[in-house]
Amino acid sequence: MTDNPHRTTPVKSWTFDDRTNSEIRRAAATGIYDIRGGGAKRRVPHFDDLLFLGASVSRYPLEGYRETCATDVSLGPRHAANPIKLDIPITIAGMSFGALSGTAKEALGRGATAAGTSTTTGDGGMTEEERGHSDKLVYQYLPSRYGMNPDDLRRADAIEIVVGQGAKPGGGGMLLGQKISDRVAEMRNLPEGIDQRSACRHPDWTGPDDLEIKILELREITGWKVPIYVKVGGARPYFDTTLAVKAGADVVVLDGMQGGTAATQDVFIEHVGQPTLACIRPAVKALQDLGLHRDGVQLVISGGIRSGADVAKAIALGADAVSIGTAALIALGDNDPKWEADYQKLGTTAGAYDDWHEGQDPAGINTQDPELQKRLDPVLGGRRLSNYLKVMTLEAQTIARACGKSHLHNLEPEDLCALTIEAAAMAQVPLAGTDWYPGKAGF
Amino acid sequence: MPTIDLAKDDLRALNQQLQTAARAVAEAQSNETQWRIDNPRGSHAIAVGLDGPIAVTVGGSTGYYCAGMNKEASITVEGSAGPGVAENMMSGTVVIEGDASQYAGATGRGGLLVVKGNAASRCGISMKGIDIVVHGNIGHMSAFMAQSGTLVVCGDAGDALGDSLYEARLFVRGSVKSLGADCVEKEMRPEYLELLADLLERAGADARPEEFRRYGSARQLYTFNIDNASSY
Ligand SMILES: Cc1cc2nc3c(=O)[nH]c(=O)nc-3n(C[C@H](O)[C@H](O)[C@H](O)COP(=O)(O)O)c2cc1C
Repeated sequence: MTDNPHRTTPVKSWTFDDRTNSEIRRAAATGIYDIRGGGAKRRVPHFDDLLFLGASVSRYPLEGYRETCATDVSLGPRHAANPIKLDIPITIAGMSFGALSGTAKEALGRGATAAGTSTTTGDGGMTEEERGHSDKLVYQYLPSRYGMNPDDLRRADAIEIVVGQGAKPGGGGMLLGQKISDRVAEMRNLPEGIDQRSACRHPDWTGPDDLEIKILELREITGWKVPIYVKVGGARPYFDTTLAVKAGADVVVLDGMQGGTAATQDVFIEHVGQPTLACIRPAVKALQDLGLHRDGVQLVISGGIRSGADVAKAIALGADAVSIGTAALIALGDNDPKWEADYQKLGTTAGAYDDWHEGQDPAGINTQDPELQKRLDPVLGGRRLSNYLKVMTLEAQTIARACGKSHLHNLEPEDLCALTIEAAAMAQVPLAGTDWYPGKAGF
Repeated sequence: MPTIDLAKDDLRALNQQLQTAARAVAEAQSNETQWRIDNPRGSHAIAVGLDGPIAVTVGGSTGYYCAGMNKEASITVEGSAGPGVAENMMSGTVVIEGDASQYAGATGRGGLLVVKGNAASRCGISMKGIDIVVHGNIGHMSAFMAQSGTLVVCGDAGDALGDSLYEARLFVRGSVKSLGADCVEKEMRPEYLELLADLLERAGADARPEEFRRYGSARQLYTFNIDNASSY
């Protein structure tokens, strides 16, 4: 304490704020970068920065509950004999067994099936829990190829070739030793208890010309029956979409920077990739330029989808469906305040917990610990997930009806305005109260 | 012996016939076990996803991913094979009479791949249990991130052999241009001589086990340590 009465208030640096300084101290003490799960936590322009206009004199709304607003979507009719037909345009994103417990996978399968949608495997292979409880299961084809085999390939309802993820475009998976249990090690054919970094590139192809041949091979093995998706992180959405489609993809899955991951470097999550909002229009433009938008190749958007409003906005911007990871886990019980005492013991708090790679998830979802896993009841979890999926669908329908649409896919950019100039530029919809967005001629 | 002529039939017809034939033999519904493919002309994805003990001879050279994900079938390519031959093979045998391009046997989980000529870069990348015997030389970055299985090279190996490998066993008779991160030479022990003798015999390779040196993981990169940062 100083007794100088003229002293101004001490100022902390905006650049070197408390969090930054604590990270510098942590790095200095441990000699390892910060690894965590989840997606970008910084605020970036997002669907919150868009609003629907609703009906007015020039267009009339549909009556809630009486006039239908359809929500179905067919994914992959371009080349596949058996496209995936979903009742709702919200799918469950690929999350690895190994990151998630077998019980969590079962809960996801139960919830998705009850709501009429699909689930997706992940880095680590296909589990019986998931196949058994998922009416429609998408099998990921990843650079690591853990557990990859032709039998599982043939019992999948679709194949998703993972080129990248929004949380880490250009990066591979990471599963630290704590979570490599016997079962996980066996499925991945690795020694138990070692740190395991999956490759960031596919081992047997590079570039779009090779990808085309890889897709041909997978179709030949599966008899041209199931759709082939290509999943990319939000890096160069126009070119990535164009090249994926030219290589033969039936569906493009595009994951923006807010998209979750099981574990990677924080620096990667926060500093690589584009926000989801910024990715949609370029990808849609790519499909339009190829003459395949809404009729040929489907676009599935993910990265920070939380509500029916987000679903409706993504679709209005041109997506055919969305995919959720983080939100599905929260619906199951991830980061629930009821485990606050346990979060505190781990030095964190409900809502902020992201050290899933340490294997001690109090919610029992992102863990291989048999005791913790018991905290998740897969039947109840499935019920919660299907409730949540149905609520999101009702919300999206409410908005679509208010905009006068009898199918969610009839929503269009015309129905939207933006609250900020950044969002207007990214979504290419007018800034509220104007008929202008950055980049549009006439300014 | 039934013959499929790729100058006349398309790829879909070829794979459908072979896949059906392999299943039929596996289920003891047929004993049509010997097949031949003429005029492969470098086509991609020839004889992929076979799931039964048939023998297929390909009368020429193939493009990418010949014999991909093979189970139980024996496939012989009389010419050379393009990239990713026998990728993710589960079991069975694939023999390439000529050379193999990059990624031969990538992520293979079982079975035996024999390359009688040379194999290009990234041979055995991410292998997960397959056995690979190359009569000639192999290119750079071979056995990158190799998890398990055995790679035998009767000639020389290129740069960065076995980079970041896990538990795969590597044997090279000739020179190794350089070893990749965490790959070291290891002591040759009697059990490895036995393993080699068996593989060399099955692969029809004219070499003696005693002529080989063994390489494997130093297991230093299995758990992160900042003092190893330059190796990551
Ligand atoms: C726990 C967890 C595990 C994940 N594992 C995978 C994976 O194995 N493969 C993959 O392509 N994406 C994986 N992801 C990313 C999701 O598929 C998806 O892209 C992302 O979660 C979507 O963003 P959201 O979490 O904001 O909904 C994972 C995400 C989470 C949260």
